[in-house]
Amino acid sequence: MTSSSMNPPEDAAAAPAARTGHYYSYGIPYLQIDNYPGKLIAIEGTDGVGRSTQIALLREWLEVQGYGVVETGWTRSQLMSPTIDLAKSSNTLNKLTFVLLYATDFADRLEKEIIPALKAGFIVLSDRYIYTALARAGVRGVDRTWIRNLYGFGIVPHLVFYLRIDEKTLIRRVLQSRGMDYWESGMDLKAGDDIYDSFRAYQRALLKEYASMADEFGFRVLDARRKVDVIQDELRRQIAAFLAESDVPAPLATRVE
Amino acid sequence: MEGIDGSGKTTQLGLLAKWLRAAGHPVFMTEWNSSALVKAATKTGKKKNALTPMTFSLLHATDFADRLLYNVVPPMKAGMIVLADRYTYTAFARDAARGVDRRWVRELYSFAVKPDLAVYFRVPIDVSVDRLLARRVKLKFYEAGLDMGWSANAVESFRIFQGKVLDEYDRLVEEYGLSVVNAIGSITEQQRMLRRLVSQHLEIEHHDELVDESA
Repeated sequence: MTSSSMNPPEDAAAAPAARTGHYYSYGIPYLQIDNYPGKLIAIEGTDGVGRSTQIALLREWLEVQGYGVVETGWTRSQLMSPTIDLAKSSNTLNKLTFVLLYATDFADRLEKEIIPALKAGFIVLSDRYIYTALARAGVRGVDRTWIRNLYGFGIVPHLVFYLRIDEKTLIRRVLQSRGMDYWESGMDLKAGDDIYDSFRAYQRALLKEYASMADEFGFRVLDARRKVDVIQDELRRQIAAFLAESDVPAPLATRVE
Repeated sequence: MEGIDGSGKTTQLGLLAKWLRAAGHPVFMTEWNSSALVKAATKTGKKKNALTPMTFSLLHATDFADRLLYNVVPPMKAGMIVLADRYTYTAFARDAARGVDRRWVRELYSFAVKPDLAVYFRVPIDVSVDRLLARRVKLKFYEAGLDMGWSANAVESFRIFQGKVLDEYDRLVEEYGLSVVNAIGSITEQQRMLRRLVSQHLEIEHHDELVDESA
């Protein structure tokens, strides 16, 4: 199919360089997002790294300080959730439709949740972000340039934290929590009939994809094998340092008469 | 086969298929936005008018990818003639008319197979509106571009939106070398022109088929 494929336009490489708070590439021409006051913070990582726990704690901490917080996740849009569930359960997805369904879901949330929240000055905490899609597509052998162009309408987060664990820890945590499912085991890749072997190979490949994106997208890498509060302290320290440079709500001071 | 609503391309496609089949060519038809995969989401989105230009674009790309892999590539491999009622150019034209980045949508569809022949049925807005109104009671929400909020009046909105789509098609004719059929002519006249275009691509393959069978 490659030889007869349509060629992308020649000015593909001319896409503007990515800046935080702006679109990665071509973006959405009818939604200009320059100078929006909100901040986008993404927490990335595989299953079992404690993303949602950390986000819940961050939210509490930020709200106490007076920041408005909006949370967003992966595959939660009203538009696409039922379709993605249905498609996953029927196993008729192939790697392209898999990628495109998730991109549609992301576009929906971006336009309806993330962009309005940034416009209104919220801090958006994103439980996973486009890197999850890039990693999954990478493992499935989807063309790297194509998938990056596809997500060119994504907004560059102000901060990206990558909660990293090693393969062994990852496998044990996933088994302990929700177990191996068809997609998270990469069974669609048809690497073999043994679900555990497939699962392990898939998770290993995912970790490799994330590692390769750390430099490309400027991840702040945190060791997620440590205790919850240790990780939370580090997240808070880095976020506080970042927020100190921008608009800070009234500092929490003891009232003196 | 490309063209705006009311250009008559579906009628022409049906007649072409009849002719090809009568001549012994195996034909496979595939229609824009017809895969079961995205039906639920498209329906929800359309019912609630919840689709943005980007999600509209991506849902159609998902549908296209699904059909490409199930309804375009396999019949091509099996040596059939695939007749597509709308192809990537529909996305290029409509999405750009809705304000989606032209380069982005072209790259999005870069996984598509380049067709051997792409025919564009060119028709002025007035003719297409007359044809549609003569046949249908109501113009559909997205087809009329009502999601863009340019006019609350369906017919007026259709004119504005499809006018922009026509402008985009004009760009595509040059960019991708679409073969243009003047769709104001009579049905038989257009069909004659279409068959002439298609037969230019069939001679060689017909020869191959004969060789195949004797082998």
